[in-house]
Amino acid sequence: MPVEYLKETPSQTAGPYVHIGTLPGQAGLAIRADEALHIIAAEGERIVIEGLVLDGSGTPVRDAMVELWQADAQGRVGVHGLWGRAGADATTGEFRFETVRPGALSWPDGRKQAQHVSLLIFARGINIHLHTRLYFPDDEAALAADPVLGRIEQAVRRKTLIAEKTGPGRYRLVLRLQGEDETVFFDA
Amino acid sequence: MSLPNAPDAGGRFTQRDRAWHPPAYTPGYKTSVLRSPRCALLSIDQGPGERSGPVFARSMLHPLDNDLTLNYASALGLEGSAIGERIIVHGRVLDEMGRPVPNTLIEVWQANAGGRYRHKKDTYLAPLDPAFGGCGRVVTDEAGRYFFRTIKPGPYPWPNHGSDWRPAHIHFSIFGEAFVQRLVSQLYFEGDPLIALCPIVNTIADPRAVNQLVAKLDMGEMLAFDCLAYRFDIVLRGRQQTFFES
Repeated sequence: MPVEYLKETPSQTAGPYVHIGTLPGQAGLAIRADEALHIIAAEGERIVIEGLVLDGSGTPVRDAMVELWQADAQGRVGVHGLWGRAGADATTGEFRFETVRPGALSWPDGRKQAQHVSLLIFARGINIHLHTRLYFPDDEAALAADPVLGRIEQAVRRKTLIAEKTGPGRYRLVLRLQGEDETVFFDA
Repeated sequence: MSLPNAPDAGGRFTQRDRAWHPPAYTPGYKTSVLRSPRCALLSIDQGPGERSGPVFARSMLHPLDNDLTLNYASALGLEGSAIGERIIVHGRVLDEMGRPVPNTLIEVWQANAGGRYRHKKDTYLAPLDPAFGGCGRVVTDEAGRYFFRTIKPGPYPWPNHGSDWRPAHIHFSIFGEAFVQRLVSQLYFEGDPLIALCPIVNTIADPRAVNQLVAKLDMGEMLAFDCLAYRFDIVLRGRQQTFFES
């Protein structure tokens, strides 16, 4: 018999009321109403990341909750890593982070990763959260050398992870759960 | 809060057993149909960003964050306690290797005793409880233990196959030590006959996995003349040792 380990607790959907527990102010509760978890206070070049989650019909997922995890401006994670959380707008489905441009991280094989932020998507109908990344379009050479983008066999799908620059320090990415231009999601 | 500055150098985490978790596409739970990716997930290695994650200091918590019977009324400046069956939920957070996971944030949310959420999109006819918000959080101690007090949530109907009924449940969110340990799920209560009927529970194929989501009545930890207790342990992905890794 192989060595036995405990089994990970299985996931269940975050459900339609995920904001009660994770963004109570946005859900309209009087608890922690002044929290603004989508605004990340850190040293560095300030940037704005905007986005939208769409379902397989192209309809905005207006009850989504998105979490962000990234390196700080000097390319450090661990205790220096930056975390944020944003709720989709109940009307438009849009989410927004105000953060700093991340520095580049290394990869276990020694290569350099292109600058990116990692994202997790939680919502009703999503049985286990979805993990993806947002890359910045500015440095094409870094994108071409990125070890994770390089793992995407269908090169045409790489663009699903690369944000559009909509202004100075301003980026936007539409995350498509299903269908044409479906976002690349990871199993890390 | 001082923290070990080691996450960059920590080992990888065990692979996630995707057959133990629900798959993305589960037509019995209709909302999953248009919200499930059709392409295979892309397997990638775990870099420094995947092997570390946010840490939340216990000092950020309000003293009543882990008491849902009191925290909402208190935030409104009101006296009083939530209506319902008073319970403590407690347990340990371990990784798959059996190691405790200390100092990790758990967030919980739930319906009130009548099965109604305090949310503008919940239109169920059961009344709101003026003393209940349904939101709490707690950080595990050095041994990975946690506890919170609440009222047992009620079951409620939801539109899926006509009117399906959710078993009583508490949603929970936990971070662990690293991005890849992140987990959001729901705990159910021992003996609830609605568990077996629930399309969301039944997105999980293996009954042993479902059983891991069922909190057990724990008479040993009940508070006499105050509240019942339920035991609920949580297991996160295990961190491997760093054999041959520089």
